[in-house]
Amino acid sequence: MSEKVIRHTFEVPNAFTQAELGWEAWLEPLPLDELTDRHYAGLVDKGRANSPYFRLLVRDPDILGARTRTDNDIFYNEKGGLPRAQRELSAASASRANGCIFCASVHSRFATHYSKRYDDVQRLLDEGTSAPQEDPQWRAVIDASVALTRTPGEFSAANVRQLREAGLDDLAIADAIHGAAFFNWANRLMLSLGEPTPPKES
Amino acid sequence: MTTDVIDQLVGAHEGDGLFALRVQRPEAKRNAQASFDALFDSDELEHASQLERLAIAYWTVALSQSPTVSFYRDLLAAESPETLSALEAALPEATTTGPYGDYPEGPLTAENEPGLHWEPDATLAASVGPRLSAALAHTHLLVYRPRDSSADALQTLLDAGWHTTGIVTLSQLVAFLNFQLRVVAGLAVLKGELA
Repeated sequence: MSEKVIRHTFEVPNAFTQAELGWEAWLEPLPLDELTDRHYAGLVDKGRANSPYFRLLVRDPDILGARTRTDNDIFYNEKGGLPRAQRELSAASASRANGCIFCASVHSRFATHYSKRYDDVQRLLDEGTSAPQEDPQWRAVIDASVALTRTPGEFSAANVRQLREAGLDDLAIADAIHGAAFFNWANRLMLSLGEPTPPKES
Repeated sequence: MTTDVIDQLVGAHEGDGLFALRVQRPEAKRNAQASFDALFDSDELEHASQLERLAIAYWTVALSQSPTVSFYRDLLAAESPETLSALEAALPEATTTGPYGDYPEGPLTAENEPGLHWEPDATLAASVGPRLSAALAHTHLLVYRPRDSSADALQTLLDAGWHTTGIVTLSQLVAFLNFQLRVVAGLAVLKGELA
């Protein structure tokens, strides 16, 4: 007798939004009372035991721990490189291209938080990655993120030159590559292991 | 010397410009490698065997048309040349371009994009068995049309003999390689364009 997936009855969000969504798993997260030291090491931050997403992923603790540390350095290491807002923009762009409504909600919200440019971010969500963006750095980061997200990959020397002409140095360009690449990891987990829940009533 | 697969795949060496860039994000570099190790040198093979891991890895990068395919082809060839042959024979029919797929019904329905829903044919299924067969179909879904993912797709894996923990590992494997192959693709281009 095989295991059964968990089916939810709530209405899933059907549009891209900067609102705060929840997420519920289709497979059973590891019960709290079964978490060992190795599982806690995989969670990295103990508070993540409260999240169904991380408590499902922690069933394979070593890859979760390495994933989380990779994520943190790509997005939170502020020693030079790409400004935080544009790192979030790379994440939001990859998520928009792949169609991950949950990931796009989190990282579009963060992009707005760091840039204070709600409307530009919302246009990316509403009209898509090819929607007009006046800022050449935003244009270059979005274009590079989409080119990397496509299969087969379309990222080329023209993308690097566009990023450089928009004022980014080698480290910033490497950050943009890593931000978009990382969300091709994250999107596939978020999309395939569960689904977003509607925004909280405000 | 510690192996760093991304350095190896992109041709970065201590002392060159690309290596110098990567070490400025030392935890990302270290943990991209730790991720590879966690997936391919695991001490927990109960829910996903080494052969299954290597077959899914090859299938992921081959479908993605990534130059990293030669590296993963060699790993699978060393484990099971029969499985590699079966996958190579199935590859042309399974290869397409992505991402595509459907959104939940609503304003995004206009953005739905049709595309191949691939499943192993009888020859491949007979060659690799029901468990790996189901995993290969799921890998195709994750590579090309992740937004088509569903509870039904996971139930198909459970019915084919996968357990929840094995599905987590399988999902991480495909998703991680989608990261790794893009880091390699991006850095390979950047390497030729360094300031």
